[in-house]
Amino acid sequence: MTTEIKNHNGAVWVLAEQKNASLQAVSLQLTGKARLLADQLEVPMEVVLFGDNLEASAKTLIAAGADTVYLAESAELAGYQPVIYADIFVNLARTKQPDIVLMGSTCMGRELAPILAARLETGLTAHCINLVLGENNILNQQIPAYGGLISILCPARKPQMSTVAGGVFPTPELNQSRSGTIKRLEVNIAQDPRVRVVEIVKEERYEQSLDAAEFIVAGGAGTGDLEGWNTLKELSRVLNAGLGCTRPVVDEGWAELETMIGQSGKMVSPKFYLGAGLSGELQHMVGIKGAQLMIAINNDPKSPVFEQVDYGVVEDCSTFIPLLLEKLKESGLRHTSS
Amino acid sequence: MMNIVVCVKAVPDPKMADKIKIDPVTKTLVRENIDLVINPLDRNALEAALQLKKTNGAHITVLSMGPPMAGNIVKECLALGADTGILLSDRAFGGADAYATAYTLAKGIEKIGAFDVVFCGMASSDGATEWVGPQVATFLRIPVVTMVHELIEDEGADWLVRAAWEEGYRKVAIRLPALFTVARDLNQPKNLSFSGILKARKKEITSWSIDDLGVSPDSVGCKGSPTIVGDFGTLETGRSVEFLEGTAEEKAERLVQILTDSGAIA
Ligand SMILES: Cc1cc2nc3c(=O)[nH]c(=O)nc-3n(C[C@H](O)[C@H](O)[C@H](O)COP(=O)(O)OP(=O)(O)OC[C@H]3O[C@@H](n4cnc5c(N)ncnc54)[C@H](O)[C@@H]3O)c2cc1C
Repeated sequence: MTTEIKNHNGAVWVLAEQKNASLQAVSLQLTGKARLLADQLEVPMEVVLFGDNLEASAKTLIAAGADTVYLAESAELAGYQPVIYADIFVNLARTKQPDIVLMGSTCMGRELAPILAARLETGLTAHCINLVLGENNILNQQIPAYGGLISILCPARKPQMSTVAGGVFPTPELNQSRSGTIKRLEVNIAQDPRVRVVEIVKEERYEQSLDAAEFIVAGGAGTGDLEGWNTLKELSRVLNAGLGCTRPVVDEGWAELETMIGQSGKMVSPKFYLGAGLSGELQHMVGIKGAQLMIAINNDPKSPVFEQVDYGVVEDCSTFIPLLLEKLKESGLRHTSS
Repeated sequence: MMNIVVCVKAVPDPKMADKIKIDPVTKTLVRENIDLVINPLDRNALEAALQLKKTNGAHITVLSMGPPMAGNIVKECLALGADTGILLSDRAFGGADAYATAYTLAKGIEKIGAFDVVFCGMASSDGATEWVGPQVATFLRIPVVTMVHELIEDEGADWLVRAAWEEGYRKVAIRLPALFTVARDLNQPKNLSFSGILKARKKEITSWSIDDLGVSPDSVGCKGSPTIVGDFGTLETGRSVEFLEGTAEEKAERLVQILTDSGAIA
């Protein structure tokens, strides 16, 4: 089998991602976070990026804090090619021996991260909501679980690998005068990979994107049934707000997985959040960052959701949502983005 | 005929999962009589195999790692139409993280022998890492596609599938033997039928221990897991709630007022 990566002061790495010629926001956010960790550890911060026409992104990554950006650049790598990406990354990681590798919880990250971790024979933590250095400079990879936060550690193997969703860490300020090195990796496409992405297709099927929404209405299991869910959907339309949900709503098939907010779904940062018929489980609540105003509607006055909001309405969704809808329609008031 | 392996996990019933809490002192899970059920997405994985069996003929082996009790869900898979059921069960497998779980399942699949396709649910309801499928594939050195929504071409050795991608999807060509993790909208899993239950009665499930797999105790379970659970903490939100008072009507009006005052609506 492969050689294990030794315990040493390796660099902090980010596996960045470029889509449709633009660097993904989460890659920049992770670069910012990795810079902070690298400063604490007094080690270099390096980024690996695959794709085509990467020069501009590489410069942005340096401005965001990277000391070195490794580019695997080729027209064949423009979309996403798991086997080639993995081969190149694993070879590089075996040579350079990073201490920490951070990746976005994107479709690419979610597929590639476990493959890389298995090949490097190391641990991987999913959906981290914070990363801090603990005892012996071991990375505490924090995730919500069982009504609290737990730290997952990978103490005996390297690199320590985590995936993190977009929006968990802030986007760093770019400093165009920072200097860094761009290194081009050898790309060998000669092999015939047994798995090949033949096409990436964009679909226009999204209503209001949650990423940009200033006002988000979110519903949970307590909306009751499809009819109750559709009433909440209408409320979000009348309010001109984005519509998000919790996991049971996806399980019931009322809404798409892409609109699930939380640890394993979308991270959002609206100014205004209205949650209806949801219990305030941390896995959902950690997905809402920095809202100015949070309101919850729940028929159980003891629901933990009320410990996490500014205003609470103890009412049954099946009667209260239609009532609220009526009032809003009468008033003609709606959200207009600033 | 095609040989298909379906990996399934017994999970606490997701409808009752909020009853599981962690004891902040001992860091152990407090579960109060929660039923184990088939992880919901693994039912989609099994259904994918059942549909292939119906159209082309296939032998379906269901594989699960878990406590002896998890044998019930393997039995349930047999009643749903799988042909062989194998449970990997041993104290040594306990406490495994995704990596050690995937390693153990991969060893189980190697012991099963020749296979063309492995299906897994894309995530478990209680762990949700999504790591196990792709790591099983990596240990088996076979290609993988995660989050599959549609099998576009599923005959012969070269398949074409549609899988998740941001704001759309990706089409992936893949050569068997291969592993697929499946998304919820791949299919609509069928419910148990009475005749299925009757037929499954005669089928036995096989249980394999660490000795059957011939692996080192250091590579499975807690010992084989690169990750460990560290400190447990709580999250402070820094908010304090004001409950709206009065009749439902008055609360609705007050809510509209709050939204207006805060500038959320105008
Ligand atoms: C590893 C992992 C990752 C996860 N990731 C996510 C994630 O990213 N996002 C996510 O959302 N979940 C996630 N979950 C699931 C999460 O733990 C919760 O199960 C889920 O968020 C609960 O959804 P809920 O609040 O809608 O349902 P419940 O917890 O069932 O709550 C329903 C609430 O509705 C109230 N209610 C019931 N009837 C009514 C009524 N008629 N009127 C008003 N109120 C009513 C109840 O009092 C209750 O508080 C994850 C779980 C795990 C294990």
